[in-house]
Amino acid sequence: MKTILDVCDLCTSFGPVRAVDRVSFSLRSGEVLGLVGESGSGKSVTGFSVIRLLDQPGHISGGRILFHGRDLASETEEGMRQLRGNRIAMIFQDPMMTLNPVLHIDTQMVEAVRAHQKVGVAEARRQARDALGAVGIPSPEERLAAYPHQFSGGMRQRVAIAIALLHNPDVIIADEPTTALDVTIQAQILSEVQRLVRERNTSLIWITHDLSVVAGLADRVAVMYSGRIVEHGPTDPVLDHALHPYTHGLIGSVPSRNRRGQRLAQIPGTTMSIDRRPPGCPFHTRCARAQDVCRTEPPPVSRGAEHTALCFFPMEEAARLEVVQ
Amino acid sequence: MTSVPLLEIQDLGKTFTRKLDAAGHLAVRLGLARAPASVRAVDNVSLQIRRGEVYGLVGESGCGKSTLGRMIAGIIHPSHGSISYKGQPIDRLQPSELRERRLKMQMIFQDPYSSLNPRMRVKDIIGEAPQVHGLVEGPIDTFVSAQMERAGLDPTFQRRYPHQFSGGQRQRIGIARALAVSPEFLICDEAVAALDVSIQAQIINLFMDLRDQLGLTYLFISHDLGVVEHVADRVAIMYLGRVVEEASVDEIFSRAQHPYTRALLAEVPRLEARKRRFAALKGELPSPLDPPAGCHFHPRCPFAMPRCRVEAPALQTIAPGHTSACHLNDGDV
Ligand SMILES: Nc1ncnc2c1ncn2[C@@H]1O[C@H](COP(=O)(O)OP(=O)(O)OP(=O)(O)O)[C@@H](O)[C@H]1O
Ligand SMILES: Nc1ncnc2c1ncn2[C@@H]1O[C@H](COP(=O)(O)OP(=O)(O)O)[C@@H](O)[C@H]1O
Ligand code: SF4
Ligand code: SF4
Ligand SMILES: [Mg+2]
Ligand SMILES: [Mg+2]
Repeated sequence: MKTILDVCDLCTSFGPVRAVDRVSFSLRSGEVLGLVGESGSGKSVTGFSVIRLLDQPGHISGGRILFHGRDLASETEEGMRQLRGNRIAMIFQDPMMTLNPVLHIDTQMVEAVRAHQKVGVAEARRQARDALGAVGIPSPEERLAAYPHQFSGGMRQRVAIAIALLHNPDVIIADEPTTALDVTIQAQILSEVQRLVRERNTSLIWITHDLSVVAGLADRVAVMYSGRIVEHGPTDPVLDHALHPYTHGLIGSVPSRNRRGQRLAQIPGTTMSIDRRPPGCPFHTRCARAQDVCRTEPPPVSRGAEHTALCFFPMEEAARLEVVQ
Repeated sequence: MTSVPLLEIQDLGKTFTRKLDAAGHLAVRLGLARAPASVRAVDNVSLQIRRGEVYGLVGESGCGKSTLGRMIAGIIHPSHGSISYKGQPIDRLQPSELRERRLKMQMIFQDPYSSLNPRMRVKDIIGEAPQVHGLVEGPIDTFVSAQMERAGLDPTFQRRYPHQFSGGQRQRIGIARALAVSPEFLICDEAVAALDVSIQAQIINLFMDLRDQLGLTYLFISHDLGVVEHVADRVAIMYLGRVVEEASVDEIFSRAQHPYTRALLAEVPRLEARKRRFAALKGELPSPLDPPAGCHFHPRCPFAMPRCRVEAPALQTIAPGHTSACHLNDGDV
């Protein structure tokens, strides 16, 4: 499979603070990457960096973002405008980041089509209608005439997804698009997105705090903590044989049918805010395996090429079993 | 079990009437609109909660979970129906008895940010109500420290304000405040929904520890079936104001009958379910202002039959301790 996106040592800073720190991952065509982590870990900033929509004073302070071999980190603003919404698209947790509340849906979608295609209004409108149909919106023709506020939250998110898919982008970055929705609506959206990316061979970065969603959706998983990817690999090994103590604790924290009524594994303490990131391994303040070296030295990358963790003392089989039981 | 349930509610209902603005009144008078719209947020719900159990209440947004919880906590008045606590109907209590009863039922909310007064120090947030009600013996500082420790908070932070704490810590403050008046019954309304996974696990463990230590009874309201499966002994599923199914947690998660419950369960993402194909229940939650006739679920139900469109199914016992409201139970499909 062809590599579409290759992010290498990406650093994004807000003033002196690195919100994203040496993040690397790649995305092959048709692949789904789950980017998971708790709030403030840097997931959204990673997504916004790739599509270059960072809020001031955020800026990319290091690394490369190779998209079809072209470095987006140093791309011009005009070059990014050509790519955004066309070759790379983003879906946000709040669909109103995509939608304009005072414009009819068709006005917005026609504009979005014509931003990257030289077609007439009638043709653009036809494409817009088909796109709404493709994301499972009933009677799309009527819906085109509505305003965003006339839709439910789930419908609005579908419209935002329809807009993201208009130009068949190579990569979609989805930042927690189902977090605010009910389970049945979340499942509808997951099933539509899953079908569409499969049919079109689109690559997807699905950002979420919900490991269970990633389990069902992703081919590979990257776990973020305090701005860094601390574990990365194919979904099954990461979830079944986590190497990093943080990933391991996170999995143990998820209520699951195998552990009904039992105590959940507990990661003590709370996430450090990134401007108070401790030296050494940023997780050492909460890690049961921490040794002196973790408090002073940055942890190395351990284990094989496909499944990696940033840790001095990655989990071993015995320790894993002990905690899970 | 023959003992009196700790809490029993019978045919409890709440109808909210949407107030009209001036234009709305005019429209009604001119015959352009119908009279004020009303929402049956909770529609004839009956249930019993036994002492010491965790009773899970599940349903999608707007189905009436919070409204039910608030009626039980005495924050809002029911439109009809009755609530009995230890066998005594609440509406027949003297004001002083009612105040005492209220203390025994404490509510913990989803949003640890807005449910704490930002201008009060933690010490006062936790210590005020117990002091007013004469529940504090000895120095207040010692009392508050003990409450904070029990909820997993560092007692040296007594003089801090809520904004100086993280989300998880604020939820612990809310828990400490509720527990400070020695309640018997906790109503947790999405109490872990806003928290990160690792913090959510800490708070769930705390709830379970407190249950063991203090013999607490819980009404645990959540839209998250995974969380409810983990903590609850019995579960009720609500849909548009009505309870559609109720059973023990084992029964619900292994032998759910109601098509809505089954659809909900099928759609919960689970860690064990890898690279699954998400299949979805069609349609959206209908507007509670204008719920479908008959069985509220019929427009989305894969098994709907003509009868479902006109006749609302009653809750009936389908197995010991398992009730469900669905015409399929009559077996005359
Ligand atoms: N004060 C009110 N005035 C008018 N309608 C109300 C009021 N409170 C609730 N409702 C309506 O009653 C219904 C049930 O609301 P409720 O808050 O109980 O739902 P819920 O199940 O707790 O939802 P969520 O999961 O979103 O918290 C909704 O349709 C809601 O809009
Ligand atoms: N506009 C901004 N200004 C300053 N700091 C920011 C800004 N946006 C995000 N950050 C910081 O970057 C870190 C990562 O944030 P984010 O990527 O939004 O986390 P999440 O993983 O929850 O998506 C956080 O510590 C956050 O406070
Ligand atoms: S490097 Fe040390 S502190 Fe960090 S996760 Fe590994 S064992 Fe824990
Ligand atoms: S009563 Fe009819 S519509 Fe309602 S859940 Fe049962 S089969 Fe479905
Ligand atoms: Mg985010
Ligand atoms: Mg609610």
